[in-house]
Amino acid sequence: MTARADTRLWLAQRASAALLGICVLVHLATMIYAVRSGLSATAILSRTHGNLAWLAFYSTFVLAVSVHVPIGLRSVLAEWLGWRGRSRDAALIGFAALLALLGMRAVLGVFG
Amino acid sequence: MRPGNDLRARNHPAYWAFLVHRISGLALAVFLPLHFWALGHALAGADRLEAFLRWTDQPLVKFAEWGMVVLLAAHFAGGLRILALEFLAWREWQKKLVAVAAAFSLAYALAYALALI
Amino acid sequence: MGANLQVRVWRGGADGAFQPFDVPRQASQTVLDVVTHIQRALEPSLAYRFACRVGMCGSCAMTVNGVARWTCRTHVNKVAPDGRLEIGPLRNLPVIRDLVADMSEFFDKWAAARGSFVPTRTRREEFALVAPDSVARQQVDAAIECIGCGVCYSSCDVVTWNPAYLGPAALNRAWTLVQDVRDGARAERLAAVAGDAGCHACHTHMSCTERCPKQLSPTAGIAGLKRAVAKAALRGEL
Repeated sequence: MTARADTRLWLAQRASAALLGICVLVHLATMIYAVRSGLSATAILSRTHGNLAWLAFYSTFVLAVSVHVPIGLRSVLAEWLGWRGRSRDAALIGFAALLALLGMRAVLGVFG
Repeated sequence: MRPGNDLRARNHPAYWAFLVHRISGLALAVFLPLHFWALGHALAGADRLEAFLRWTDQPLVKFAEWGMVVLLAAHFAGGLRILALEFLAWREWQKKLVAVAAAFSLAYALAYALALI
Repeated sequence: MGANLQVRVWRGGADGAFQPFDVPRQASQTVLDVVTHIQRALEPSLAYRFACRVGMCGSCAMTVNGVARWTCRTHVNKVAPDGRLEIGPLRNLPVIRDLVADMSEFFDKWAAARGSFVPTRTRREEFALVAPDSVARQQVDAAIECIGCGVCYSSCDVVTWNPAYLGPAALNRAWTLVQDVRDGARAERLAAVAGDAGCHACHTHMSCTERCPKQLSPTAGIAGLKRAVAKAALRGEL
């Protein structure tokens, strides 16, 4: 990949990291709250169903994750498995799509 | 792969910070699709989600969940450290950042465990 | 603690082996003293490099008990309290023979990172004025004392895992030039150091900073390069 493309990937990784920093902090706090307030389906869904603010929040979370995880994996695959080049990048784009699709499906299921 | 360095050269704080960050990232990358798929059960209605959630009530699963959340806290703290190193050029503070990240992860691990008990 | 050190020294090329030697222990003895004794008194065919033997040239860099060091500045008491020494050539570099590593790729990458100054003035013009207390110059001064010994390159795991990675020394030198207000090749240099083989491959293991015998921090310089490259990319200059 060109220097410019690699730089853009690095920027996307750091930008998504900064965004995820906020999302993860909120998520970590929320998970403690959720664990204490009850984890039955009814309990969870009564808190989350139709909640547009949380819908927006978790949609952002999912999309940032879909950017951040594949770029992070890119280095690991190259350095620890020796997998470089087009096939690796194509696989990672596929993984990004998978994360986005499964993630949005979950967001709609829980918050829709 | 060329023969590189072994633990004698690698045994210093920043290296462990890197390894924790990478391993936790890998674990999260494997976990997330499963996590999304599980939560997607909610689409099929509360009962379907409930059935799945009862499965997660087993102690071993609860322990694994605690583990995943701790890995997330560790990855998050390590990530903040990297952002600080790359954007702030805090040379003198570098070793302290490792300690701060580790402390945060430990604190969260305890908090979550207490919430579970 | 016996009167002798048990020393294992790498012999041969990549497919070599450690050969054991017994070396008399002295007070205030460096690892270079040990290697010199072996070559002079025990095994004349041993190949190794040294020059100044006082910690200025970096030629004597080797792997001592798994860690890259300047052997002339490494006291045996510090690294082998139990009297056992394992001495090998620098890692991440091809072995020519015994303790001598081939530094060619190290310097090739220095050139690939455009680690040389490109002037913009001639003798007929005024001197360039560089304020020594400016932020940029202080950053250069903090990184400029590198003598190209290869210890950081040998210590870097990313160099091991990524054969194309330019490495900490080359990138550190590029950083000193990027921050040098007199230099005329900024755009080309930033393009040379960006990417999967450049500054973006650094994962802040910081083994380079940990091991540098001159206490430099290539990690800091590489972080600076990441910022400079990002800025250039956002401005459409890359």
